[in-house]
Amino acid sequence: MTKLTLVVFSGELDKAVAAFLIASRAAVEGWDVVMIFTFWGLGIIRDPDRKLKKKVTAEKVFDVAMPRGADDLQLSHMKMLGLGTSMMKGRMKAKNVLTVREMMKEAKEFGVRFLACGLPMELMGIQSGELVQEVDEVCGIGRYLEEAKDADVNLFF
Amino acid sequence: MADEVVDCMGLICPRPLFETIKRLKRMRAGQTLEVFGDYPLSLPEITESMEKQGQELVSVTNEGGVWRIVIRKIK
Repeated sequence: MTKLTLVVFSGELDKAVAAFLIASRAAVEGWDVVMIFTFWGLGIIRDPDRKLKKKVTAEKVFDVAMPRGADDLQLSHMKMLGLGTSMMKGRMKAKNVLTVREMMKEAKEFGVRFLACGLPMELMGIQSGELVQEVDEVCGIGRYLEEAKDADVNLFF
Repeated sequence: MADEVVDCMGLICPRPLFETIKRLKRMRAGQTLEVFGDYPLSLPEITESMEKQGQELVSVTNEGGVWRIVIRKIK
């Protein structure tokens, strides 16, 4: 079976769209697909409805500064104080493109596996109880490498 | 007349393929699905994917900017 691993490091709208669509496209072709979310990419898999108390100041700062889930992402370019993102979201809606949150659910339906990287979660104070239910497990770098070493294609977003 | 129909008018790549796959998953082997849409790149994408997956293409037409694919679910 052909295998694809994707490291989702960025928490930006355009990169998340590309990552989820490539992942789903490969999965419908019967590929084994694993997405590993790390650092800013963890913002994509936060569940906006699951809020946990933050203990220290740094955790509170990350909590506020990071996107609160897949529908709270900004464009990586053409930011224009948020205007670019609104415009892109408007275009996506007009062209019947799913939202990033919907794309995530769709990828899951096609069998894509989601891993969350534990170290940055610890650094940023993100707890596993804040993540969306689609996340299969929180893991270390070793687990990612185990998945990636058998992969035919590995992408970094 | 196909057993089920998926309307992909106004949907762009790769969503017509994804909608096709999602519907096929819910159908039984032997049933037929008609998919139609107007995004040109989705026609070869869906037909190639169906062939690779071993589904039967009953008919494929492309007239006036609207393509129609009838698929029989084999597996």
